[in-house]
Amino acid sequence: MGRIVVEVMPKPEILDPQGKAVAGALPRLGLEQFTGVRQGKRFELSVEGQVTDELLAAARQAAETALSNPIIEDVVGVYDADGAR
Amino acid sequence: MSAAGARIGVVTFPGTLDDRDAARAVRLAGAEPVALWHADADLHGVDAVILPGGFSYGDYLRCGAIARFAPVMTEVVDAARGGLPVLGICNGFQILCEAHLLPGALIRNDHQRFICRDQQLRVVNDSTAWTSDLEAGQVITIPLKNGEGGFVADDATLDRLEGEGQVVFRYEGLNPNGSLRDIAGVSNERGNVVGLMPHPEHAVEPGFGPDMGGAPRAGTDGLRLFTSVIGSLVNA
Repeated sequence: MGRIVVEVMPKPEILDPQGKAVAGALPRLGLEQFTGVRQGKRFELSVEGQVTDELLAAARQAAETALSNPIIEDVVGVYDADGAR
Repeated sequence: MSAAGARIGVVTFPGTLDDRDAARAVRLAGAEPVALWHADADLHGVDAVILPGGFSYGDYLRCGAIARFAPVMTEVVDAARGGLPVLGICNGFQILCEAHLLPGALIRNDHQRFICRDQQLRVVNDSTAWTSDLEAGQVITIPLKNGEGGFVADDATLDRLEGEGQVVFRYEGLNPNGSLRDIAGVSNERGNVVGLMPHPEHAVEPGFGPDMGGAPRAGTDGLRLFTSVIGSLVNA
């Protein structure tokens, strides 16, 4: 069983209230090193057998048409979970 | 066509909340509501469609993102491109944006909290299928209730929307969710598809609407959206 990872992030210019809330909470744990937090999404798509170029292309299509909204989000990674990045 | 002959479809998705209120608003406006089901790829010959509010598919993935792929939406998208009047309220607005029938997107409120209040709106465009019984410049009050109501689009798109008259409603007095340029509702280029975050269907009957000055729960400003579309059908 292969796995393809798709990573989606809010566009840099889009306000990320969730990330902002997380950034506000970290100092309360004594973690004051971080100047900002952006929160995104990671999807794991399972496939039969090995991850092939064709499957990666299909995952890219899924990423761009359903897993992200290009108006507010960027697909920042589509890769074989077990392969080299 | 007479007003009584107008049939207006109200779509129910799993997680839709306001379909009954929308159907009641249609009836109070003088038309016949027709229940449409998300899994049924058939509009049953309706003259207009309302996508009501709620949390379709639990807001999973993104608000409206999964509803967009429901069988009924293929029909709604085709019919809307052909000129069928379509109104998206709250989650319905989010679905119309995800389906690319309307520009822009809705993101989490800038203050990170759900908000529920009686909201003033300024009518900007009174020539759409859903606003012809309102007047540009008029201020109406209808309930607003959302967690992800921040309207965003890039500057070029916002400029185009303003230039082409596609901004239909603007928040008045207070911007409740961080929407860019105070935009509360937009239309497509043709003006047959309109989406807005606040809920006109909750302000259609005296005794159950927003407080209006000294008159508690008296607000019925929302009714005008529903009578507008009936008028546009009768005059079509």
